Amino acid sequence: MISKDQVAHVAKLARLSFSDAELEQFTHQLDQIIAMENELAEVPTDGVTPTTQVSDERNVFRADVPVTDGPTRDQLLQNVPESKDGLIKVPTIIDKGEADA
Amino acid sequence: MSNSDYLSYDLQTLHQLLVDKKVTAVALTEAALAKINAQQPALNAFITINQKKALARAAELDAKGIDPDDLLAGIPIAYKDNIVTNGIRTTAASHILDNFNPVYDATVVEKLDAAGTINLGKTNMDEFAMGSSTETSHFGVTHNPWDLERVPGGSSGGSAAAVAAGEVFAALGSDTGGSIRQPAAYNGIFGIKPTYGRVSRWGLIAFGSSFDQIGVFTRRAQDAAVLLGAISGHDPKDSTSSEQAVPDFTAAIGQGIKGLKIAVPDEFFGEGIAEDVKAQVEKGLQQLADQGAIIDHVQLPHTKYAVPAYYVLASSEASSNLQRFDGIRYGFRAADVKNLEDVYVRSRSEGFGPEVKRRIMLGTFALSSGYYDAYFNKAAAVRTLIKQDFEKILATHDLIIGPTAPDTAFKIGVNDDDPITLYMKDILTISANMAGVPAASVPAGFNAEGLPVGMQMIAKRFDESTIFRAAAAFEELNHYNLETPTFKNGGNA
Amino acid sequence: MNFETTIGLEVHVELKTKTKMFSPSPVAYGAEPNMNTNVIDFGFPGVLPTVNREAYRLGIMVALALNAEVATETHFDRKNYFYPDNPKAYQITQFEQPLARNGWIEIEVGGKKKKIGIEEMHVEEDAGKNTHGDAGYSYVDLNRQGTPLIEIVSKPDIASPEEAYAYLEKLRQTIQFTGASDVKMEEGSMRVDTNISIRPIGADKLGTKTELKNLNSFNYVRQGLDYEEKRQAEVLLSGGQIRQETRRFDETSGETILMRVKEGSDDYRYFPEPDIPPFDISPEWIEEIGAKIPEMPDKRRARYVGELGIPEYDANLLTDTKEMSDFFEATLAAGADPKLASNWLMGEVNAFMNAHKLELQQTKLTPANLATMIKLIQDGTISSKIAKKVFQETIQKGTEPEAWVKEKGLVQESDPTVLTPIITAILDDNEQSIIDFQNGKDRAVGFLVGQIMKQTHGKANPKVVNTILMAELNKR
Repeated sequence: MISKDQVAHVAKLARLSFSDAELEQFTHQLDQIIAMENELAEVPTDGVTPTTQVSDERNVFRADVPVTDGPTRDQLLQNVPESKDGLIKVPTIIDKGEADA
Repeated sequence: MSNSDYLSYDLQTLHQLLVDKKVTAVALTEAALAKINAQQPALNAFITINQKKALARAAELDAKGIDPDDLLAGIPIAYKDNIVTNGIRTTAASHILDNFNPVYDATVVEKLDAAGTINLGKTNMDEFAMGSSTETSHFGVTHNPWDLERVPGGSSGGSAAAVAAGEVFAALGSDTGGSIRQPAAYNGIFGIKPTYGRVSRWGLIAFGSSFDQIGVFTRRAQDAAVLLGAISGHDPKDSTSSEQAVPDFTAAIGQGIKGLKIAVPDEFFGEGIAEDVKAQVEKGLQQLADQGAIIDHVQLPHTKYAVPAYYVLASSEASSNLQRFDGIRYGFRAADVKNLEDVYVRSRSEGFGPEVKRRIMLGTFALSSGYYDAYFNKAAAVRTLIKQDFEKILATHDLIIGPTAPDTAFKIGVNDDDPITLYMKDILTISANMAGVPAASVPAGFNAEGLPVGMQMIAKRFDESTIFRAAAAFEELNHYNLETPTFKNGGNA
Repeated sequence: MNFETTIGLEVHVELKTKTKMFSPSPVAYGAEPNMNTNVIDFGFPGVLPTVNREAYRLGIMVALALNAEVATETHFDRKNYFYPDNPKAYQITQFEQPLARNGWIEIEVGGKKKKIGIEEMHVEEDAGKNTHGDAGYSYVDLNRQGTPLIEIVSKPDIASPEEAYAYLEKLRQTIQFTGASDVKMEEGSMRVDTNISIRPIGADKLGTKTELKNLNSFNYVRQGLDYEEKRQAEVLLSGGQIRQETRRFDETSGETILMRVKEGSDDYRYFPEPDIPPFDISPEWIEEIGAKIPEMPDKRRARYVGELGIPEYDANLLTDTKEMSDFFEATLAAGADPKLASNWLMGEVNAFMNAHKLELQQTKLTPANLATMIKLIQDGTISSKIAKKVFQETIQKGTEPEAWVKEKGLVQESDPTVLTPIITAILDDNEQSIIDFQNGKDRAVGFLVGQIMKQTHGKANPKVVNTILMAELNKR
């Protein structure tokens, strides 16, 4: 059984918020879906290599040659809700603690 | 024959009319636009109708003249609205992108533009292609032209309905777990999901990156073969696109069915498959046998696990793919946001619909610390077993055939709030995406209510040619594909 | 109670490529905001990554230079987190199977050599830059987004801030020699995150570690770790406990300041990147890359000391950068004496570079000209005083020394038949100096030499002058 707290934690990771009623409903639905997914445990998979993609390609590299004939900066910025001097403008974080990679 | 019936011709005939200037590209475009606009209130197949640009493009082509070698020049088509079009709004049927104006073209759009097709607009779909009914669209449901009270299937429901209802000659869709084949079945037309890697995904708004493929809807398999040929091939911008040479997909058409080895999986005719669907498909199989196909009954033992494995894997990929919709660089940003966390949480919570949120939650859960091995990794191992099932059968058979969907088009609204029932409807189509093999839905007649039934044909990787060969031959036997929709339960179409 | 210290270093190094890791946008330092970006860098819907072969090649080169085992089968993974400078909300990196594992480098601290292990290194993309402005807004520039990085993670072998400093110096130097990166902290092409913990000597379990960020030079790393080492000891000795937290180094106070306390571990939801097929790195490719790695500083240093007789200290300086070391060797190849070449490079050349804030390759000096100048000094054609003039001319303008010396008439006068009459005449004019000399006052010689030099406009060969002068003085 997945708990409401777990669902709330996952929602936080996914940057989604739910009302209490929604959370209740989502917990119920996710619980059903996860119960369905628990059926996978029946399948013996010891020694089976996971498949995470089904392309036959391997070793696909690009040559280190710059391409500069794409959209201009103005075009790239045209969908930005707010920009200033060629920069993307964003409301700032309150908690300054976020990881900076 | 009135102008608006041009789109029911086969490609070769229509092309010849254009070459001979018996019809102009402008006239063809106008006829298609007239039909789209007239039927839009009843069907809602389109999110954006590309009226002005389509007409301008048609006029350009007319001025230049249609070259006899350019089979697709002047042909009116439409794109599912998760295929990015430069300068034409692209929404993925989501509120979060309802103001998004792309600055580049998908590779398939570039290729078809170069081939001379005319883009009439962007078709309706389930939000971010998540759904099998087109009911999760932010822009309202698309109605099935055979019965307006029913869904057109999904997620590429708009593309399927538009082709079935004669609004465009062909349409592109995308198929992550059956999103081309199931609506093709529900609308009584041909729809193919090619081999994973056959068509570039550059410019396809990602849902499940290791499952997604762009494919084609047409009335006839032969015409789909031409269109698929035009969009296939290696693209340096998509590292998963194949280096394999693209054959002439039409080359094997006409060779008939005799001698083809067909595998019929027991699991595709088991519990949960509607009797009328089974009966139609079995009838079709008998016809194929009569034509000299060799039919074997086989097992795909992991079929029942395809649905849970798919929903773990595709949702996991989706949860990551959809993180970029954060209200910062494009798309919807919630009003009155005070800080960064607000931008993220409110834009996403207000911008995504419930089904998309459900899948994001599911995928985020499956990838989260402590659950990865039990869900993501387990499902990926099951995927290997499903893939092996297919490889084993296809090593000794040319095609796997069964129903496309367990049922026919259902009534709008009946499956609201019952995700599991909806998810289970994907059971017959998902496996092809899991294995990356090509698969198509071919019209296989109608049930007692006059609703279309689809027959699914699955082939070896990169062997779309055999599907086209068998599908074209099957079409000749009944011509189900030429039946036109009845617009049942609608007064004004 | 005595403590032992365990330090971990995570070093990010920008790889020197023309384009980004996963997009063909140009990589350039200091461009206008968002000019070096494309639809991929913006993370637009529908875009896909493509892997820069050169970045991977440079990554392998660094791995080999750091004695690591390059993985023959690898793939990329997604690291999921939201931040404005991270447009896809995931970073493409290598998590499950990094580019290479188990490397090491040797450091020397207080005369003792020690091998520091490298856990793993992987290639990944850099984030953009998020600058905090006023009035509750920040501003995102995606120029840096996607710049190829190699991240190098040390094993917990580093036991002191001094060792951390030596490790970083050695790492910088080694990578600098491969040419894979500029490795400049000041331009951000090398960045360092550290963690540090202490435990009572002999304790089995490592202590709780704190992370240190905002370290803009190796010195600050050392200072920050020093401070943190003492702070942790004080906390523990006063009966307190170390919290798992991230601290930043304050350059003005030299202290570390709490940024945030970590609650549990971050959940990055790593999974294999479905948009990039896996890689089989062939042994042939690895070998081919290995063959192109230049001789590393350690080997060069040993050669300079052992074969050329260069003092250890000078050999260290000569191998600080590949440019300096290559220049030195080219100067020798042009025929210069090793010790003299070393002296000039360590002395005048370094002084010139420092005074003008130039890199060696930004000056006009060439190994051939330096070698020629040294030969002119050695064979007595120019005096060391004149040499300084010649040096300024050649390092500032690139002038060829031999021709210039002749043209300007700066050739030294060494002919005794020319010098003897001048010297005897000066002696004749300075009776008092001769008396002083005879009374044992050495200063008199210096005065006389000065007079001779003045007379010959500095061109007289001091050695020859000295010999003749002493002979003439002793005659009187």
